[in-house]
Amino acid sequence: MPPMYSRGDRRKAVLTTISSDSHTWNLIFLQLLLEEHRYQVHNLGPCVPVELLVAECSAELPHLIVVSTVNGHGFHEAGRIGSALRAVPALEGVPMVIGGKLGIDGWQPERRDELLAAGFDAVFHDEPGQLAAFSGFLEAAAAGTRLYA
Amino acid sequence: MSATGFGSFVTAARAAGHLVVQPRMGMSSPDEMRAGLMAVRRARPTTVGTITVDSFTRGNNHAAAQNALSGGERLNGYPIVAHGPRTTAALLDGILSPDFPIQVRHGSPDPRQVFAAMVKAGLSASEGGPVSYCLPYGRCPLRESVHAWGAACDFLAEARAGTDGAEPHMETFGGCMLGQLCPPSLLVALSVLEALFFRQHGLRSVSLSYAQQTDPGQDLEALAALSRLAGDLLAGLDWHIVLYAYMGLYPKTAQGARLLLGEAARLAVRGGAARLIVKTQAEAHRIPTIAETIEALEYAGAVAGHTAAARLDAPPSYRAVTDTGLHAEASLIVDAVLGLHPDLGRALLRAFQQGLLDVPFCLHPDNHGRTQAFIDDTGRLRWSDTGALPIRRGAKGDGQMSSATLLAALGHVSAKFDAAGQVRRGRTPPKPLVAHTEERFT
Repeated sequence: MPPMYSRGDRRKAVLTTISSDSHTWNLIFLQLLLEEHRYQVHNLGPCVPVELLVAECSAELPHLIVVSTVNGHGFHEAGRIGSALRAVPALEGVPMVIGGKLGIDGWQPERRDELLAAGFDAVFHDEPGQLAAFSGFLEAAAAGTRLYA
Repeated sequence: MSATGFGSFVTAARAAGHLVVQPRMGMSSPDEMRAGLMAVRRARPTTVGTITVDSFTRGNNHAAAQNALSGGERLNGYPIVAHGPRTTAALLDGILSPDFPIQVRHGSPDPRQVFAAMVKAGLSASEGGPVSYCLPYGRCPLRESVHAWGAACDFLAEARAGTDGAEPHMETFGGCMLGQLCPPSLLVALSVLEALFFRQHGLRSVSLSYAQQTDPGQDLEALAALSRLAGDLLAGLDWHIVLYAYMGLYPKTAQGARLLLGEAARLAVRGGAARLIVKTQAEAHRIPTIAETIEALEYAGAVAGHTAAARLDAPPSYRAVTDTGLHAEASLIVDAVLGLHPDLGRALLRAFQQGLLDVPFCLHPDNHGRTQAFIDDTGRLRWSDTGALPIRRGAKGDGQMSSATLLAALGHVSAKFDAAGQVRRGRTPPKPLVAHTEERFT
């Protein structure tokens, strides 16, 4: 169960995907999940260009940035997203996670470090147990604990 | 009707009693793409080929596709613009022919460059639509997509002189909106409206899509409604119906996936579809191999052949479809849109502005987002909220969906067929999940 918070401590999350990814069910689901964790969600929808993502996050200054992608191009595009967001001083410390089906050949564990080096705080690949791990991450983030580091 | 081309090939196969089966397939390497097409051509059932482009090409980011190719990265499809017509024509040499037409599948709200590259390489069949390749998949405003699609269809229709006499063919994707959880009456209406859009832009050979949803009885009714509306509204055109095997979350087990594909093949034959787009057992996990794709084509072809043979012996009563009002609903939507403006592009834009067309679970800003759907206790897909659609109100007004309810709805078909697969494990050949009457006559 998500922890209960009063309305006042509703936190902002920007939910996005990579520029080449047209899938939306993952985004619709994650919006509901984040809302149940008391986030106010700005869902950027499919095919988000990096420039738009940077502009939206700079304007919003969210408490969390969630990148979800399932088209297999995640490994190609994640690096640019991470470095572009981390290059904005105001976004330097905002928790940023990525998850989904990140490569066309499935999950490649050796590429996790690449994503962490690009500025992501956590990586949730599409495998059993990862949804629970993400929920755990959300609760930890809401409690202000950086358990994921 | 022309002598050659994608549409006439499928129509001829249907007349001969064969369901045409078609894969989803796109590889970034021309050699692999050629090998894939060759294998599909050689497969036992009546097949047509598919070239699916990659996501960069779909978004007209051809430089990114080129960069990935130069960097030795593999893409999730064939970058038809980046490779150029000469490479594409070379890979098609000895494969593309009047008895093996190939369709280019792309998903783009602006397919002009893809169509240009395709026609230069000698290809003349594609798919999509101004609504179905805009709303679910991108950020492009509907107005721009309608404009681009009008121009692209004009171009394709005029290219008929340059494609060795093959009649250009377009398939609507409107019957597959979002892949799942869109009530069938809206799918049927959108498929018909996009076919009318193609006709307005000069195409004479079209196909109308419909994607298998959650209940075979409801799907049969939808296919019947689609055929009836196409017959009424597309007189003079070469047209056929294409069914997509379930497009949502696919069963995780091989047995469950097989049962679902078998169900789709039976549905195609019983519903009068001429062509079936298959899915493979690998679908839930990754992009399938060529061998897995061929296996799916052959299995679907075998089930279709069996079903067609059984139909010949079945009494006429068995062909009856229960009318729950699906055709009436789809007709109301189509008529409401056609009444908005004589130009279908403008009519579609106004319809979305007014919410007369409104796709549930669609995040696009040009979609009202006031409609909502659910799977009822009997497994049928129904409206919970019809928003401003020109049809009667939905079944229940609560509309509030949790992440868990959504996940259950998205996984409904997958769970049902995985469970059925467990029960039936070890029995061959797999029996249909829902007992169809034709089984009694075999």
